[in-house]
Amino acid sequence: MNVPDQLRFSDSHEWIDPTTPDAAPVGVSDHAQAELTDVVYLELPEVGRMVSKGEPMAVIESVKAANDIYAPASGEIVEVNEGLAEAPEPVNEDPYGGGWMVKIKLSDPAELETLHDAGSYREHIS
Amino acid sequence: MNRSPLHDRHLELGARMLPFAGWEMPIQYQGIVAEHNAVREKVGVFDISHMGELVVTGAGAGDWLNGLLTNDVSHLANGQGQYTLMLNEDGGVIDDLILYRRSAENFFLVVNASKIDEDIDWLSSHPAEGVELLNLSSGYGALAVQGPKSADLWATLEPSILLPDRNGISEREQGLILCRTGYTGEDGFELFAPVEQIEKWFSRILEAGAVPCGLGARDTLRLEKCYPLNGSDLDLGHTPLEAGLRFFVKLEKANDFPGKETLLEQRKNGLPSRLTAIAMTGKAPPPRHDYEVRDEEGGEVLGTLTSGSMSPSLGKGIGLAYLAPEIATPGTALSIAVRGRVFPAEVMKKPFL
Repeated sequence: MNVPDQLRFSDSHEWIDPTTPDAAPVGVSDHAQAELTDVVYLELPEVGRMVSKGEPMAVIESVKAANDIYAPASGEIVEVNEGLAEAPEPVNEDPYGGGWMVKIKLSDPAELETLHDAGSYREHIS
Repeated sequence: MNRSPLHDRHLELGARMLPFAGWEMPIQYQGIVAEHNAVREKVGVFDISHMGELVVTGAGAGDWLNGLLTNDVSHLANGQGQYTLMLNEDGGVIDDLILYRRSAENFFLVVNASKIDEDIDWLSSHPAEGVELLNLSSGYGALAVQGPKSADLWATLEPSILLPDRNGISEREQGLILCRTGYTGEDGFELFAPVEQIEKWFSRILEAGAVPCGLGARDTLRLEKCYPLNGSDLDLGHTPLEAGLRFFVKLEKANDFPGKETLLEQRKNGLPSRLTAIAMTGKAPPPRHDYEVRDEEGGEVLGTLTSGSMSPSLGKGIGLAYLAPEIATPGTALSIAVRGRVFPAEVMKKPFL
């Protein structure tokens, strides 16, 4: 299972890239996409929405079920990957690249310290 | 929670296991869409060991069953099967099942896992002299081999054992039973064998090239063909006529059966509802069980979905709902409510595929 070293991860399997705190990309991990399989629909938040860490901010649907996606950190949604609404395949095919869902302008970058680093996340999913 | 005799094999194959009808069963292995497509295009194998197997024997067995089930048992020759329904006195569906005639005095019934006890209670509450009902469910494991290549697969495995004709049943040594039936709309067969032999068959069928498929794909495959799922699309509150299963209800047969009066009355006065095929018309979340069906504008609630899914073969959301007959005509514009928003949908001709 691919767990990139530079990312942070939530217990609920969202990843966030901490290197650009003004527009930190967020998606779901390779592990999560493999568990979900066959993502067929994504409901993404509006640009400008404020989210709190742990708040449901999007819905991801596989053939079988709908699941919430939680904000891994607090802040403002500054960009949404609109292309995924039309074609969600990148979530399965390229979860850390084309499968990014939103970018969050972090209101409290210190929150990232409470997330898993790559090593801790690898243990979390093992 | 019951476990299939193939439980360890499923785990080895990487299956995701979930509870279903009191059984821990594989929902998917590599993914529902891939498994779905394998069955539509080639061949897949499902563990259906959870299904119930009942046997009815005795001189009056056929006549007794004909007085309890909706289809006409007297139409069956030895080795033939039929889809049929067990109704309560109000015409509500207790179970849907396949009944096979092995001989004039021996019938094999394959029933839903969740309904085995109810079926037995209902049948036993209508006893008849000289007719015996046996529950063999715990003794059998079962596989459904489904897809256009399923007969080829069997021919390479067992060239000397012919599959029965469509809807038929045949039996071999060591308790092996083959039925040319399924729940996917593709050609295929169901194999019943004593539990201690089922793993051998599962391994051989996988080695011959069948893709292991879980209950997730089984659900999308059957929904595209509008085959009802008992407990979702069939229940005690609706008759088989409302469910669109008129072909399997023989109101003209000699025997009366529970629920017949309600069905005759519905035939005379019209149906209160029809199980209706509905598809999303644009980009929309997949419709799911229990979502509200509303009118085109989204204001009035017209019913709820009894089944719903993204259709892998059609690439759009599909579902079933009991709706008033006047709106259950293909082309009627509707909407489906999902998380507080409504998305356009329309009534489709059955089946979807």
